[in-house]
Formats: sequence, C-alpha cells, structure tokens
Amino acid sequence: MSVKKVFALVLHGGVHLAALLPLAWLFWAIPAGELGGDPVEELIHFLGLGALRLLLLSLLISPLLKSLKIAALFKLRRPLGLWAYTWASLHFFAWLALDLVFEWGLIGEEIIQRSYILLGFCLWLILSALALTSLPRLMRAMQSKWQKLHWWIYPAAIMGCIHFWWSLKSGWLEPAVYLLITLVLIGLRQQKLLRIFAR
Amino acid sequence: MLIKSKQPLLESATTPENVYSERRAILKGLGLGGLLLAGPSRAGFFSKEASGPVPAAAKRYPLSYQKAASASPLVPTPENKILTHNNFYEFGTGKTDPFKNSQGLRLEPWTLSVEGEVAKPGTLDVWELINGAQKQGAQLQERIYRMRCVEAWSMVIPWIGIELGQILKQFEPTSKAKYLAFETLYDPQQMPGQQSRRIGGGIDYPYVEGLRMDEAMHPLTILSVGLYGKTLAPQNGAPIRLVVPWKYGFKGIKSIVKIRLVEKMPPTTWNILAAKEYGFYANVNPAVDHPRWSQGSERAITEGGLFSAKRQKTLPFNGYGDEVAGLYSAMNLKKWF
Repeated sequence: MSVKKVFALVLHGGVHLAALLPLAWLFWAIPAGELGGDPVEELIHFLGLGALRLLLLSLLISPLLKSLKIAALFKLRRPLGLWAYTWASLHFFAWLALDLVFEWGLIGEEIIQRSYILLGFCLWLILSALALTSLPRLMRAMQSKWQKLHWWIYPAAIMGCIHFWWSLKSGWLEPAVYLLITLVLIGLRQQKLLRIFAR
Repeated sequence: MLIKSKQPLLESATTPENVYSERRAILKGLGLGGLLLAGPSRAGFFSKEASGPVPAAAKRYPLSYQKAASASPLVPTPENKILTHNNFYEFGTGKTDPFKNSQGLRLEPWTLSVEGEVAKPGTLDVWELINGAQKQGAQLQERIYRMRCVEAWSMVIPWIGIELGQILKQFEPTSKAKYLAFETLYDPQQMPGQQSRRIGGGIDYPYVEGLRMDEAMHPLTILSVGLYGKTLAPQNGAPIRLVVPWKYGFKGIKSIVKIRLVEKMPPTTWNILAAKEYGFYANVNPAVDHPRWSQGSERAITEGGLFSAKRQKTLPFNGYGDEVAGLYSAMNLKKWF
C-alpha cells in the first residue's frame, strides 16, 4: 500500500472515530451521571451542538484542500456530512422520544408554533435530502442537479447557528461565534458563490 | 434572638480567615458543632479552588424538622436528580454546571438583611435562624411541593423551611410595604457566571426577584433552608432560598442576601431580560403559552433512567389553585402573566 493510501485511510478513520467516540462516551456518561440526574436536556443539546460542529467541519474541507493541496481531504466531505446528518437525526429523535415522549399532537404543535423548532425541523429536512442523495449512484444520475441541491449546505449551516441562537433563553456569545465561523467559511467561497448567483 | 441590630452586610468573600474561624467556635458553642464540623470534605467545601472538575459535594447537615403529613399523594423526585439538574446561572447555564461549579461556595457565615418599608430593619444570621427554628421544632417544616420550571419540566421536592410570613412579621412591615424585592449574593469571585457573561448567560447580576406582599404572606410561601432532611446544597440555593410553589421555578430566588420591602413593583431578572417571555407574576398557567415552550404539559422528572420520562398535564397555579387563586381574582391572568 502506498503512503498516500495509508494517509487517506488514517484520515478517514480519524473522521469516523471523532464522530463515533463521543456517541460511545454517552453510554458510559449517562449512567455515570455525567449529564446530570436528568440527562434529557443536556443530551439533546450535546447532540445538536455536535451536529453543528460536524457540519462546519465538512465546510472546512474545501478551503483546507485549496491551501494544503492534500487530495485525500476531498473524500472526507461525504463522511463528515453523513455524520453531521446522523448527529442531527439523533438530536431530533432524542427530542421526539425523550422530551416530548412521542406525543404526536404536541410535537406537531411545537414544530408549528415555536420558530426555533420549525427552523430546526426544516434544517433536518434539508440535511435529509442531502444525505439521501449522497449515494454515488444517485450522485451520477442527478448530474448538475446534484450540485445545485447540495449548495443548500450553506443556508443549512446558517440555519443551524440561528436555531442554536433562538433555542437559548439568554446569552448570544456562543452561537454568535458559531455564526461568525460559518460566515467566514462561506466567505472563503466568495468566488464560487458569485458564480452561482451569476447564473 | 433572631433579629440583630442593623450592621453592614458581611460579604462572605471578604471575611478574613480568623474572623471565620472565630465564627466556627461561636457556632460550636451554640450547639451547632456537630452540625458544622462533621465530614471529611471540609477542605473542598471551604477552599475556593476546586481540586478537580467535580469537587467533593458540599457538606449538608442533617436537620430536625416537623415532617409533612404522610397523606400527600406526591412522590418526591429522587434526591440525586434534585441535586444535579439545576438552573443557577451564577454557576453556568448548563443543567449540571451548578452542581459542578458551586461546591466551594462559602455558606458560613451568611447574613440576610431585611430593609425598606419595615419598622425594625435588621440582619438575620441565617445559621442562627436555622438553629433556632430547629430548637423550637414546629417552625422548621417539611413541605412536599411540586416544582414547575418555565422550561416545561417538573419535579416534586421535599423542602424544609419556614413560612416567609413568619419571618417578615418580626421586622414589622409598614403600611407602605406593597412588594418585596429579593437579591441573590453578588460575589463574582465565588460565582463564575457573575465574572463572565459567557458563563452567566448574559444576565445582569445580582439576580433579583419580587413578590407582592400578599403572595409573600401566604402560608404556602416559604424560605427554604433544606431538602431531603438536610441543609440545602449550594446548587439548590444554599443556605436560604425562596419557594413559591404556584409560580414558575425562576421566581424561587436562590442564596438570598437581601429582602427589601417596597411600595412599587420591583424589577425582576428574567422580566428585565425578556419582558414578553417572563412576567412579574409568573404564575404557572397552562392557558398562557411561553414563546419557547408549550405550558400545557410538562415532562415530569421522576424515578428511573433515560427512557422513563413521562409527560403530564400542567395544572393552573401548579395545582395550588384552591389555596391561591383568590389572590388574583380581580386580575386578567393573560395580561398579568
């Protein structure tokens, strides 16, 4: 095996471990009381924030690729995106199952009435579409439509930050930092975005 | 004597070690010795620097009190959940932050000043108050109350405390006393949330809360000094905090150092922060939704693990309507939420 291939494998393994280990940690942390006597809220927050971080990491890949010229990085976008979707789905599921305990009437009301939950729900729908179309076969079949669909990752990242911001009772510093990072990551793609809008 | 002559409030942060040691000797002499000197965790309790991420739990002393009538249908939430699921932004905004960051809070000595529209303003020595109330037996009572957080979760807590009205009477409120303004300790050295807006959730400290005089004098309203048979843990608002069971939890101001009786409705922390979301009265009301949470139901925090959660209907006045609805009979509760 060439050095390049080993390097690519290590990078890949690193992404999977980084996304998986915190989830495995939960199996120890929750019974051990690390998330408090009532872990529901902390757990939902932990999963949501993790999803946002993975999403931003996936956006970091292209700029890194440009400056570092390491081709192996390119292939990390897909696993990072899929892991972000997995975490977002767990976040959504934890809210459905543990907080609202599958009371569908209430769940419907909450999604419609609470703007931050509605925003989060829309975001999850967008991520679902991106995740479903990440199958290589679909990717080829969709051709240029695929690229157009996956540009939604940029609004999705911004929505994630706003969802975080609105969900807080008070304080704005932490979500503002996430939003700033998101805007910088999007700003780095200025040329590409200008091309998208020029069409 | 519970009421001492008016003297400047001792900020615990500025209490020199020798004064503090003297106090311990005095308290020992008063018969609180066993109460105060027991336990191996004293070093962690009294030193400001925590030895690890989660310091040894602050010492809680056993109390003697009048037990609640056993007929209560309410089953208390397990103690460890009451101790590790808290909102106390002075120690961080996460639910476990108060437990993790508050164990070093210096609780002794602790004074509570009562001032404003009272004939006899003064300072309460909280540990003397606790000690005295234990001796008289009947004054320190267990009250098993529902606790409904505005965030749509609830617990059942076996508080130990004294009716606020009983304490207030000793200071002889004047006819001008229409409201009470409460204040939490302000001590950024001990409370990281007061040092940093990031940790403290962007709130202006000290935390302030208020009650109307008739609410304060209601027999359900207590100043709590303990739960589950022992003195309060810092994260629950030690050594003395307000409990008003028919109101959302944020009204229950913690670690109180000042009560001021006033003529006009005082400002309250969450109302200052978001007046549309948090009213002065904050009575539990399933008919008035909060923009963030439906108030029609609540997640009851009871026994069991992660998958044992259950939701229950939220009751008007948190189930205490028979006792307190009369206080608000002339008011539009949708306007005065």
